[in-house]
Amino acid sequence: MKDAVTITGTVHQDRIHDSATKHVTGRADYTDDIALPEGTLHAYLGVSDVAHATLKGIDLTAVRAAPGVIGVLTADDIPGVNDISPTGRNDEPVFPTEKIEFHGQPLFAVIAETRDAARRAATLAKVDYEVLPHALDPQAAMDAGYPHVTLPLKLERGDVEAGRQAAVHRIKGRMQVGGQDHMYLEGHIACAIPGEDDDVQVHCSTQHPSEAQHMVAHVLGVPSNAVTVNVRRMGGGFGGKESQMNLFCAIAAVAAKKWNRAVKIRPDRDQDMTATGKRHDFVIDYDVSFDDGGRIQAVEGSFAARCGYSSDLSGPVTDRALFHADNAYFYPHVRLTSRPMKTNTVSNTAFRGFGGPQGVVAAERIIEEIAYATGQDPLDVRKANFYGGEGRDVTPYHQQVEDNILDRLVTELEESAEYRRRRAEIVDTNRTSPVLKKGIALTPVKFGISFTATHYNQAGALVHVYNDGSIHLNHGGTEMGQGLNTKVAQVVADAFQVDFERIKITRTTTEKVPNTSATAASSGSDLNGMAALNAVEQIKARLVEFAAEKWGVAPEEVRFLANRVQIGDEVLSFDAVIKAAYMARVQLSAAGFYKTPKIHWDRDKGQGRPFYYYAYGAACSEVTIDTLTGEYRIDRTDILHDVGRSLNPVLDKGQVEGAFVQGMGWLTSEELWWDDAGRLRTHAPSTYKIPLASDRPRIFNVNLADWSENRELTIKRSKAVGEPPFMLGISVFEALSMAVASVADYRVCPRLDAPATPERVLMAVTRLQAGG
Amino acid sequence: MPHRSEIRFILNGRDVSISDVGADRTLLDFLRLDRRLTGTKEGCAEGDCGACTVLVGRLTRDGLRYDPVNACIRFLASLDGCHVVTVEHLAGADGGLHPVQQALVDHHGSQCGFCTPGFVMSLYALWMAVPEPTEAQVETALQGNLCRCTGYAPIIRAAVAISRYGSPAADPIAREREEITARLTALRDGQRVETGPEDNRAILPADVDDLAACLLDHPEATIVAGATDVGLWVTKFLRPIGPAIFTGHLEGLKAVEIRDDALWIGAGASYTECQDELTGAFPHLAGYWDRIAGWQVRNMGTVGGNIANGSPIGDTPPVLIALGAEITLRKGDARRVLPLQEFFVDYGKQDRQAGEFVEAIRVPLPQPGQRHAAYKISKRRDEDISSVAAGIRVTVEEGRITDCRIAFGGMAATPKRAAKAENALLGQVWSEEAFAKAAAALAQDFTPLSDWRASADYRSLSAGNLLRRFFLENDAATDAPVQLTTA
Repeated sequence: MKDAVTITGTVHQDRIHDSATKHVTGRADYTDDIALPEGTLHAYLGVSDVAHATLKGIDLTAVRAAPGVIGVLTADDIPGVNDISPTGRNDEPVFPTEKIEFHGQPLFAVIAETRDAARRAATLAKVDYEVLPHALDPQAAMDAGYPHVTLPLKLERGDVEAGRQAAVHRIKGRMQVGGQDHMYLEGHIACAIPGEDDDVQVHCSTQHPSEAQHMVAHVLGVPSNAVTVNVRRMGGGFGGKESQMNLFCAIAAVAAKKWNRAVKIRPDRDQDMTATGKRHDFVIDYDVSFDDGGRIQAVEGSFAARCGYSSDLSGPVTDRALFHADNAYFYPHVRLTSRPMKTNTVSNTAFRGFGGPQGVVAAERIIEEIAYATGQDPLDVRKANFYGGEGRDVTPYHQQVEDNILDRLVTELEESAEYRRRRAEIVDTNRTSPVLKKGIALTPVKFGISFTATHYNQAGALVHVYNDGSIHLNHGGTEMGQGLNTKVAQVVADAFQVDFERIKITRTTTEKVPNTSATAASSGSDLNGMAALNAVEQIKARLVEFAAEKWGVAPEEVRFLANRVQIGDEVLSFDAVIKAAYMARVQLSAAGFYKTPKIHWDRDKGQGRPFYYYAYGAACSEVTIDTLTGEYRIDRTDILHDVGRSLNPVLDKGQVEGAFVQGMGWLTSEELWWDDAGRLRTHAPSTYKIPLASDRPRIFNVNLADWSENRELTIKRSKAVGEPPFMLGISVFEALSMAVASVADYRVCPRLDAPATPERVLMAVTRLQAGG
Repeated sequence: MPHRSEIRFILNGRDVSISDVGADRTLLDFLRLDRRLTGTKEGCAEGDCGACTVLVGRLTRDGLRYDPVNACIRFLASLDGCHVVTVEHLAGADGGLHPVQQALVDHHGSQCGFCTPGFVMSLYALWMAVPEPTEAQVETALQGNLCRCTGYAPIIRAAVAISRYGSPAADPIAREREEITARLTALRDGQRVETGPEDNRAILPADVDDLAACLLDHPEATIVAGATDVGLWVTKFLRPIGPAIFTGHLEGLKAVEIRDDALWIGAGASYTECQDELTGAFPHLAGYWDRIAGWQVRNMGTVGGNIANGSPIGDTPPVLIALGAEITLRKGDARRVLPLQEFFVDYGKQDRQAGEFVEAIRVPLPQPGQRHAAYKISKRRDEDISSVAAGIRVTVEEGRITDCRIAFGGMAATPKRAAKAENALLGQVWSEEAFAKAAAALAQDFTPLSDWRASADYRSLSAGNLLRRFFLENDAATDAPVQLTTA
């Protein structure tokens, strides 16, 4: 190994997920698998059975008297502040004191000797309340004059009225886009262990350990330095564990300190789905003007979102919907407004794409409208409106699009997928097939990378080299399956030029790297990879200085070779150099830091450069629908996606495949359904249907645009990959729409709402058959 | 009656004997909490995600047989005499990774890894049965396993490659086969088992006659066959089920055979156990049967339970009613036979008296001139509860419809025949018009509900369209395909 010319696990190479062997043997520990300390207690949430009411009192006598119950936590037991709002708006209590604001809202927590005892007791409370009228969806909320949960955003450029007058055609429409449950396989969970003084350790499954730490401190009324939050790995996150774990961490920690025993809380799947937030549903009103050739002149759009009872992350989520309401298209004159509506539902939160997908799907609906109105192939309308050309490179938020590669990327996919030939054949086949109808669509995505809250774009890492040459790596990002730890370790291996196996990847803990940002916004490797690289560079600089001095060579003559270091003419093993450096009292540990350059954003003006760069991709999907039942099948999907110079192509491809299927699920079978009482009735996999293996495309070709390289100085010129490919699922939705349109000879835009369940497909077919 | 009070089984390599097993104790809690075998995960506690998949081996008439099941809704008491295999038991011939595990690692089949042990176990079971599976076979085997990260493609690639990593013959379970068979045989003492506290009693009758006797003694008891519904009473609704009489182990309830121009299905036969005979006798049920739940649930759930449970959205009643099925109900030594549709009295109400149990289902074999169909519509194609299910049997003689049975699920408070639609067809010439009239008549047969699975309008519209599909599918003049396939 020592004589090898290359190291194992360097960057730009396929490398298996560092936990893969543990995953398949069942030896990867999740929070629920951690051996519990002696005397651990268990908590369970007691929840409301009404959507909106004045809370008059809770009789907990029967709860306290139930077998195994140690006590109950209510708002009165919170030593600090009864608020876990992630944006500091003070609108999200741990437990409400005056009002019940959604069906299934946590009202108290039972602490008992076993989880089963706590769970049974939690059903025994008698809640006294006075029912108030409720509004469940954005339209009902607007009708009822409900407030916004946070300030709306307006993006404006050009003169919409003038643009409209200059155009020949104008179409107004409305689209409803459903939400989505994360349905991570591992649900929410936290386990708090009390320590001395104010201290508490929390093991949990959060994407945002620092926020959980600060929230626990806030709720306990202690400084953040008393609270440690640890995350080894999550069984999926997808945004659902960005802010939503705060509740569970806070309850476990408060109970642990109150009873001075470890406390674990794990809701069952139904409670996880009803008590924690999801992707925002939107009602989108659009008004587009365009010329005979299908070129857009002016767009006006209003994006009303079901935010739920509190703001949570609805501000940045609805902002991002507007940031992506252009998708890949230049709008010469544009005005976009968000309406983050308060509703009597669980507070909605981050979900892969963070509002972006809802913006993109609206842009694609606008394209469809134009295509059906002008009788063009939607792909031609798309291409006619891509960013690019003189004066056609500025977004509605006034950022210049400098790195657009969609012309090449889409053309390549169009050819490799044989889009034109297949579309012609499909139109032909549809004429002679009475029941089964096909559709095909090629849709692009352009996705802005960076947190739009500029201060989030920072990261830290901690790298230790022990005197035996082994390396300990810690960074602020969290591992939820995406392979972040693997990628960051590859960066470290490459920078030190040592084998991957030499690097120990450790759990994320607030003790090692402070003030981290959520592992979200696809930013994990961009931010943490750079921070880790910075730490390595610091240590390397010290090693170079030391070696140059000790061996009497110029610093440029010290080079890191594979597991070795060349110093002048001499080549030593990495271990030997480390040992020598240690003996010479060289510091072999460094804290790295990174902040994204160039970005700025003025929200009041709606102008700036919120994104460091854009990631691009395109997908072509073909579907068949059954016009008697609305059932469908995805026949084929071809994807070409841009990840810049991939740090790990096989992991990136896994992200693309997984994101596509998840995006497809959002727009097809995944339906959130509330009854009139405001109770979510699709609250477990028995009723909420995410895609299965048999739902994936029958032919599925996924490729990375290997020629792409980030023009910005990102980590090894790679690009973020977590979220952008989620929107490739829109190709399925658009293909379904074309299949529906076939029943009216493609003359009418089907205006399919999402998710396009078999029911929505059949109803759209029936509507078009009846003449529109 | 003399009885034993311990549950005895083999867990991975070790013999387990436990007394005082409450009826509602689940295998998953036992594994995770009592034994700290934490490789088996809880994802949903309702048998829908597969993260808790384990193998259960048991002696059958055909020898030792292993099936993947959901540990979350499998009651511990029901494992008496079984071999439970968890992911911790898997290893390769050299003690390293098992071929299934190595294939998944090499094909990047895990991302977050939480669902992975469940996938390992389902794929392991498939590989032992079918060492070189097709993608379609893999998909069917994975209907009960959800993955939210990978999009499944790498898992499928791994699944079809497992045999490149080793042979089922060299597998530890295959090698231990004789030994486990001997150990399980030794556990069979033919005794009734009664265990658990008085208010949470689990009773495993010694045989079917003993079942009848137990039910006379405990007419209020919960009968637990596959536990695919009763399991949820416990895990979701915290309902007490004691005393519970378990029937899943009774070989005497599992007979599936053709006798007197009919297929007889023992009420305790799982969907899997009756699949070959059933789809052999009724080929039109082949695709339909694969769409009942997922593999794990099909290995546990029984046709008898699906009927006795009385759900308006059970998958088997509509198709069995259309086939003219009858059921045998037994109480003590007394038996009565009932046309299946008469068993369903009203929502949540069946014609089953206290102390009585469903013993067998008799399905008359197809006759010349009959045309059959079984249709299911659901939001997701596989492992979903039907929005609408239909069983249709139409007899055509000399171009005229001489007999007709149409039954729907999801359209009323019970599985129900569409009497008006049947009347509209009876005596008519086989024609598009006749079926259009029948479809229209459905409005008089049914007033379906709207819920999260489907609206009333969709149910009505698609039910009528299924009659049209039936016509087109059986009509010589239509040659274009009228129904989707997964191929």
